[in-house]
Order: sequence, then structure tokens, then C-alpha cells
Amino acid sequence: MMHDVVRRPLSCVLPGSTVRLRGIRAGRELATRLSAMGFVPGEMLHVQCNARSGPLVVAVKGCRMILGRGMADKIAVE
Amino acid sequence: MGRRFVMALAGNPNSGKTTIFNQLTGARQQVGNYPGVTLEKKEGISSRGGDEIQVVDLPGTYSLTAYSQEERVARQFIIEEKPDVVVDVVDTSNLERNLYLAVQLMELGVPVVLAFNMSDMAESRGLEFDVDAMSRLMGVPIVPTEGHRGKGIDEMVAAARKAAATACRPAEIRYGADLEQSIKRIVAQLNGQMPQMPTPQQRWTAIKLLENDAEVLATVKTATVQALVRKEQTRLEAVLGDSPEMLVADGRYGFISGVCQETVRSTVEARHTASDRIDEIVIHRFWGLPIFLGLMYGVFWLTFTVGMPPMEWIEGAFGWLSETVSRLWPAGSESLLLSLLVDGVIAGVGGVLVFLPNILLLFLAIAILEDSGYLARAAFIMDRLMHKIGLHGKSFIPMLTGLGCSIPAIMATRTLESRRDRLTTMLVVPLVSCGARLPIYALIIPAFFPQAWRAPMLWIIYVIGIALAILCAKLLRVTLFRGETVPFVMELPPYRLPTLKGIWIHMWDRGGAYLKKAGTVILAISIVLWALTTFPQLKDVEESLSAEAQQAEVLAHTTAGRIGHALEPVIRPLGFDWRIGTAMIGAFAAKEVFVAQLGIVYSVGEADEESEPLREKLRNNYTPLVGLCIMLFMLISAPCMATIAVTRRESNSWGWALFQLAGLTLLAYVVTLVVYQAGSWLGWGI
Repeated sequence: MMHDVVRRPLSCVLPGSTVRLRGIRAGRELATRLSAMGFVPGEMLHVQCNARSGPLVVAVKGCRMILGRGMADKIAVE
Repeated sequence: MGRRFVMALAGNPNSGKTTIFNQLTGARQQVGNYPGVTLEKKEGISSRGGDEIQVVDLPGTYSLTAYSQEERVARQFIIEEKPDVVVDVVDTSNLERNLYLAVQLMELGVPVVLAFNMSDMAESRGLEFDVDAMSRLMGVPIVPTEGHRGKGIDEMVAAARKAAATACRPAEIRYGADLEQSIKRIVAQLNGQMPQMPTPQQRWTAIKLLENDAEVLATVKTATVQALVRKEQTRLEAVLGDSPEMLVADGRYGFISGVCQETVRSTVEARHTASDRIDEIVIHRFWGLPIFLGLMYGVFWLTFTVGMPPMEWIEGAFGWLSETVSRLWPAGSESLLLSLLVDGVIAGVGGVLVFLPNILLLFLAIAILEDSGYLARAAFIMDRLMHKIGLHGKSFIPMLTGLGCSIPAIMATRTLESRRDRLTTMLVVPLVSCGARLPIYALIIPAFFPQAWRAPMLWIIYVIGIALAILCAKLLRVTLFRGETVPFVMELPPYRLPTLKGIWIHMWDRGGAYLKKAGTVILAISIVLWALTTFPQLKDVEESLSAEAQQAEVLAHTTAGRIGHALEPVIRPLGFDWRIGTAMIGAFAAKEVFVAQLGIVYSVGEADEESEPLREKLRNNYTPLVGLCIMLFMLISAPCMATIAVTRRESNSWGWALFQLAGLTLLAYVVTLVVYQAGSWLGWGI
């Protein structure tokens, strides 16, 4: 199987696309909070809003979440 | 049974717990469509289906970690107070995420009942559940409810009673071979070290230890257990490549999706809901901010134009009342009681009550914003700006709540995770003009500004308040509270059409508080201020002076007059005279008192025949520039006593409360000084 899927931060995913969460590069506390909200590895994320600056809107498990840009930088997707 | 049956309501933020709580207890607790409305646990008594139930509404949480204050409150209650049953209110339109908390409650080993709430919303999204199968798979009773219609509440209570009596066993969540091995090892160690711990709690403790739960770690002090936990954590990270916290979360979600796969059927693929389509415009990169400012403008336009006619009716009614009361005394017999009634009570309390229509309209508008879900959008829109000042969008929600009253706004800062953010937001929140300050603007603006300028003027005052709040936050962040910005993550709830009942409750709860305040605090202060403005009385007045000069001399002799005159050197540069000075001091008790005191000062000792409305007296005595300066000073200066007290409680320090008091007063002085001096020099509005 080919494995040329690129890992990149969630913050540079174009709006309208759906990506798979790979990992969260953040402190324990934050990672735990995010995972409780449904951000667990393997989960599909649908990026609804992503302008060049400011926060993003991401749908996870059927629920819309606002993610700050700094936060989205720390989430790796493919 | 010796004790009452205790039922705790748990659930995700914004899942409708409080609506169910209100249905159960007949209480009228605040609800709203944004996460974090319930911050403290609230208790009530319900007598549904027989004997009394003590219902406890816990703050909304996504999980039961020890990271945020709300989660700690919820968890501590469940672990320490051991309620007979926990009803987990589940928002079924967001099932998987909501079940995460349910799974954690099941692990805690308390009797759990799931209330599948908002089933009507889920249905409209094309979701169908096999509730019986789900209940079997999870090992807990499930009851469908529709909180806002009161459907299924009796069934929920019955299921809760049964669950509490029969101690059913929920399904155990299995975490996969590697994790289970670690759990088993830790449980064995716990068994040896702390044999008094009951078996289900041992498993829970082991999982929490793996998750690095600070509070649980603190209870298990033995070094051998701690060493073992660290060893297992390293092993898991090496084998599975993820942190143990993530693995545990993954395991729980795995269990949930297993259950959902068998029991949930989605009939329509509804990617783009109506809510998303509205959001495409409302939170748009360019349109978002203009729409927000426009909505705010609409709010103030509404409070002024719609509020004006009823305000004039009430004003007329009080005018009639004071004339009628005056007529009870024969002309010429100057009675102190008459002065107390007309100049003290009617001018003071009446002056405040006149603005009830404006207040109600403002609260109506805020209620609509809260219940529709717009508040979370405002947080999104403002995040970009808030980020520049070192806070994030979530801090903006307390600021908007502050439009109603600073006290709940300061309490709402509890949803902010970092203490730095919390203190910064708390200290600047009073700059957002609260409802109690509206009467001041509603008195001043029509007195000095033409009709066309009134709504824009009010809007400008509010925008100045918010802008100053943001500036001061920035200032605090680069001086006292330096540090990195905490990452921002918040739920964006779908729009909901506000219900008439919900808005009615919101509007009247707050409006009622305003009325109550007018009848108690303001009444008492008005009487005190009247006394200060009447005594000591000057016995012989120079007959040769004009009526106006005589009145001034009488007032100057009174206590209020003396205090005001002593203050005058300080406030003169701001364009204020001694009357405004006394009103400003009174306003520290409650902002509305400013209006009451001006009413009193201008009616005590006045000649009866020229009884003109307060606004005309103001217009004759001050310039529009002074009017603007009054509003600016009242907007920025010392928040009321209650706000200082709440800041002291929430920051847990008198230091911060006094800092807020002094800082804001100083800021008010400087801003007003600059505006007045510059304005006079340029010849504006003199």
C-alpha cells in the first residue's frame, strides 16, 4: 500500500475538506480536554471555516467546534 | 428512609440540563444557548411521583477530569456526596460526544440513568435510535425526554427511582489488551496497598492514575503505586505510540462507536444544516464584524425608540402622583414629610423606575442573543481581535453578559481556563456598560442631544466601553499578566429559535431584579440622600436674594451641599458641579442612584410653581459637553459596591478588588478630564 499521505497541521486545511486526525502536539491538560470533546486520533474532522487568520470552525462527531488558530497549529491531520 | 432521595443532573454544556431542572423543581434558573450558563451547582426540591426528590443541577462538563473548575465541582459532588442516582442529560443530536461523559459516569460506579434529550432535534437531523438495544448494550436505563416541552420527565423520575433502588450494573468498558494489562497490574498493587477500597473504585482509580489525574494521584500517596503507574505509562507510550490519556479517551470512544454502530441509524446525510448556512454569513471573515456592530446598534435603537413612549407615560404618571401628593398639604404649609415623599421618594425612586421600559427592552434583546446561540458566534468573530490583545474569543462572552449586569459577567469568567485570562477579563468587565447605567444615559442623552443623535450616541457610549475594556485588557496583559495565550476551543451550538417562555423568563427575572432594587436599595438610599440634601436646614435666608440664589444658599448649607462643595475643586476640571459630585458618590452604592440623586437635588427646595421635568433643569444648568462627560465618567468610573464584592470573591483577594476600584476611577478621571478640557478648548458643545 502506498503511504504518501502528508501530515500537516489542521490550520492549513482548506475549508470544505475532511481530514483524519493523527495526533495532538500539546500539553497533557489540553490534549485530555480536546480528546473529551471528540478530538481523538483516527477521527474524521470536517473543516467548515478557515480564513487565513482567526479561529476555525471544525465539525467533529457531528458537532461544531471553534478552534483557535494556535490550537489548530498543534493538531496534525492527513 | 431517613434521608431524602438525591438526584444529580449531569451532562455536557448546553445539553438542556437546566431546562429539565426547571421542569422538575419549578425553578426559573437561567438557561441560554451557549456553553457555560450553569457555573455553580444548584439545588431544588421536586415532588414528582410521590415523595420529595432533592435535585442537584451540576455545571455542564465534557468529562470528569480535574482540569477545570466546573469539572471539579461536578466530580466532587458525585464522589463525595454520593447522590442516589445521577441522571446524565444527553443531547441526542450530538450523541457520541455526549455519551463520553455517560461512559465516565458509568465507570465511577454510581447508578446512572440517561435522559436522551432534544430527541426532536435529532429526529429533524434524520437520526433514529434503538433505545432498548442501546440500553441493553450499555447496561443503563435510557429515557427519551424533551426538556423544553416537559415530555418524558415523569418517566425519567420513575427510572431514576428504580435505578437507585436496584443498583443496576452498567457495562464495563474494555480498553484493549495492553491497557487492560496495565489496569490489572495497578489494581493488584492497589489491592495490596489500600485493601479498604471497594473493587469498582479500584478499577476507576487505576484508570484515572493512568490518565494522570492530579487529584487521584494526590489520594494515592504510596510510592510503590506511583512508581508502577509511571512505569506502565512509559510502557504504553512505547508500545502504542500515544499518550495514556489519549489511549483511554480512544478506548471510551471506541466503546461508544461500537454501541452507536448497532443502534443508531442516520436516514439523511445532512451535512449542511440551516445553522451552517446562516453561519456562512454571520461569522464571515468580512461581514462578521459589521453584522455584530449592526446588531448592537439595533439593540440600542430598540431601547430608545420603542422605549421612549412608555417611558414618557411613566414619567407623566409620577408627575401626576407628586402633584396629587403635594395637594394633600395646604399651600404655604411647608411640611418635611411632604418634602420627603415628593422630593425624596418620588423624585428618587420614581426617577429610576421611569426607565423600566428601556431596561426591559435591553434585557429582551440580550435574552434573544443568548437564547438564539449568537453569543458563541460573537466569541468567534471577536477572537481575531481578542487574540491581538492576548486573550481569546471566550473572554468576550463574559463581556457581552456584562451588558446586562457585571456580577454574572464576573462569575462567567469561571469558564476561562487560565487564571491570568480570568483575572484580566474580570478586571475589565465593569467597563462594559451594564443595565444599571442605562438610566443615566437615558436621562442625559435626550436632555442634550437631538432625536437623530440619540441612538447613535448610546451606541457610541457602549462601543467606547467595550473598546476601553479591550485596551485595558491589553495593558494588563503586557504588564501584570504577561504570558502565552491559552489555546481556544469552544463549542459552537446550532442556532435555536428562542422560545417565548424562555425570553419572558430572562427578561422578567432581570427586570424584576431592577424593580426590586428600586423598591429596596434605591428607596433606602434615596431617603438617606434626601436627608443629606435637606439637613441641616438654613434658618434665615437673605430675603433680598433671587429665588434661585436663595435655593442655592439653602442647599449649600446641607450635608450633601458641604460634601459636594468640598469635592468641587477635584471635579471642577471635569466640568462637574457639587450636585453631580454628590450623585457620583451615591452611585457607588448602585449606579441608578445617580439618576435618583440628581432628581432629589433638583427638587429639594424648589419653588413649586416652576416644577419642570428634570431633563429641562439639566439642559438649563449644563452644556452638552458636560452631559457627555457625565456619561463617560459614569461609564468608566468605580463599579458599584456589589461588583467590587463579587470581584473580591471570585479573585479571592481584596487586593484585586481594590485595584479594580482604584484603577477604573483613575481611568475615568483621566479620560473625562482630557475630553472636557479638549472639548472646552475646541469650543465643542458649550
